[in-house]
Amino acid sequence: MTTSTVLRGRAWTFGDNVDTDQIIPAKYAIYSLDEKKLGEHAMEGVPGNEGGWSGQVAAGDIVVGGSNFGCGSSREIAPIAIRGAGISCVIADSFARIFFRNAINLGYPILQSPQAAEAIEAGDELEVDLQEGVIRNFTKGDEYRAEPFPEFMTELMRMGGLVPWVRQRLEEREGGGD
Amino acid sequence: MAMTMTEKILARASGREEVRPGDLVMAKVDFAMGHDLTIPPAGRIMRDQMGAQKVWDPERVAVVQDHFQPAKDAASATLGRMTREFARDMGIKWYFEVGQGGICHTVLPERGLVLPGELVVGADSHSCTYGALNNFATGIGSTDLACVLALGELWFRVPESLRFVYHNRLGEWVEGKDLILHVIGTIGVDGARSRAMEHTGEALRHLDMEARLTMTNMAIEAGAKNGIMACDGVTEEYLRDRAQRPYQAVESDPDATYERTFEIDAEQVPITLARPMSPDNMASIDEVAGTRLDQVFIGSCTNSRITDLRRAAKVIEGRKVAPGVRLIITPSSHEVARQAEREGLIRTFLDAGAAWTTATCGACLGGHMGVLGEGEVCLSTTNRNFPGRMGDPKALVYLANPAVAAASAVTGVITHPREVAREPLGV
Repeated sequence: MTTSTVLRGRAWTFGDNVDTDQIIPAKYAIYSLDEKKLGEHAMEGVPGNEGGWSGQVAAGDIVVGGSNFGCGSSREIAPIAIRGAGISCVIADSFARIFFRNAINLGYPILQSPQAAEAIEAGDELEVDLQEGVIRNFTKGDEYRAEPFPEFMTELMRMGGLVPWVRQRLEEREGGGD
Repeated sequence: MAMTMTEKILARASGREEVRPGDLVMAKVDFAMGHDLTIPPAGRIMRDQMGAQKVWDPERVAVVQDHFQPAKDAASATLGRMTREFARDMGIKWYFEVGQGGICHTVLPERGLVLPGELVVGADSHSCTYGALNNFATGIGSTDLACVLALGELWFRVPESLRFVYHNRLGEWVEGKDLILHVIGTIGVDGARSRAMEHTGEALRHLDMEARLTMTNMAIEAGAKNGIMACDGVTEEYLRDRAQRPYQAVESDPDATYERTFEIDAEQVPITLARPMSPDNMASIDEVAGTRLDQVFIGSCTNSRITDLRRAAKVIEGRKVAPGVRLIITPSSHEVARQAEREGLIRTFLDAGAAWTTATCGACLGGHMGVLGEGEVCLSTTNRNFPGRMGDPKALVYLANPAVAAASAVTGVITHPREVAREPLGV
């Protein structure tokens, strides 16, 4: 699955150190294989969101986090739940490493931009150009740059994640070309 | 070029002479682990999406039933069944059934499956635990694990290293848990983000293997990629009758490069807790003593090995759990439970009025057998106290060492263990 390179949506903002138990409480790990169900409970562990959050999200909306977004557990269902809620990409000041890996491996777009994380407010209308690494804020008339990722990671994201990459490697191995 | 032990392991595993922080490498994995929450998705991704029919080496994979097992509900039973079937279909050599294993991060070291110099990955964030045994060990996601199962290799970014030097010796009642809570409280939950935490210094030489495992276990709570220690006599003694393979220890070169070095006088570190709602919300025992508790939990991959249970038992022996408080003790492995039984520790706990459970991750991640309700206050020997970690987002969790936990269960409020124990713990 490859994603469109220009994404548009409203911003949902969060603070620093939003951990995986807030993104998707462990009790929903029983739905590990059901992205839609996970999406229904995304961000429900954030204090104040106990009554649910994803119901208010419009498809394409964008999550904007502070520093160390996605810290805590290794659960890959964290980015999957956010994706399942209809969020098109996540922007943050910085990402915790396993959340970062998981998103890249899933081919799910994430952007690291301290400038954007600082300036964007809840409800701002955003456009993200993944190719250019540019975030445009229509509400404020601002533009922010995302930090470029190493080439291999960009390539993985472009391919749609680690699955097609492994498939290619397996085919090469079976092809006898070692 | 001079390298740290983390760099040496990544260089060897990726077939290079040397690596530097920031390099992206494709590295061969020596051992991989998954459990009942991560094997079902990883197995499905590996087989259905990647198209791999078998794992790269069934002797180098462990599959452990620990998170929601024994099944806490019907959906968990399904995950348990998928995990069991994957292990059977793939011929996984190191499969640990309910009642025969326990928590993955206790089981793998105690069975000698993760060894010095190796590159180890686990689909669980606390896989960094193994680094106390001088290996590079890190937590990965399910797609990562599927890649490793299919190919035996994975991509890594070589981390910058932070060095933590612990001088002198720990004070009485102060444990590995207090040292690591002190460090996390000092640098913050993102203070080591994506970096290697290398622990060294005189104080560590006097720590047993289990206390060391507690310290590397919580590397992730500082955001680190891995925690690592040198291999010394304590390590070799621990591995003597356990190691399943020959191994080659690694040392950091004296002139290796560290992004930063932190010097810690272990003698000055007090009994340290983390207040709600973050592991870096540090407090000394004096600052929080007297806080009223609803529940005390001794469990998890952080602090429920045999030495932890011995300390707790020594404090609580001959005493009773305070009215209005419940003490739940979850040994971290089946072997730990057997040893506790042989030493009479279970009897001590039961006589005190504690609930003794089977080995599982259980209450630590709000799974089962000790989940907290709204507004409840818990003192726990676990690793995380973010909102909702152990149940309701409005529950309050304090993190502490097992002796503090036992003492606090006796009084019903956070208590220094010397006020309850009949004699000092000794070392």
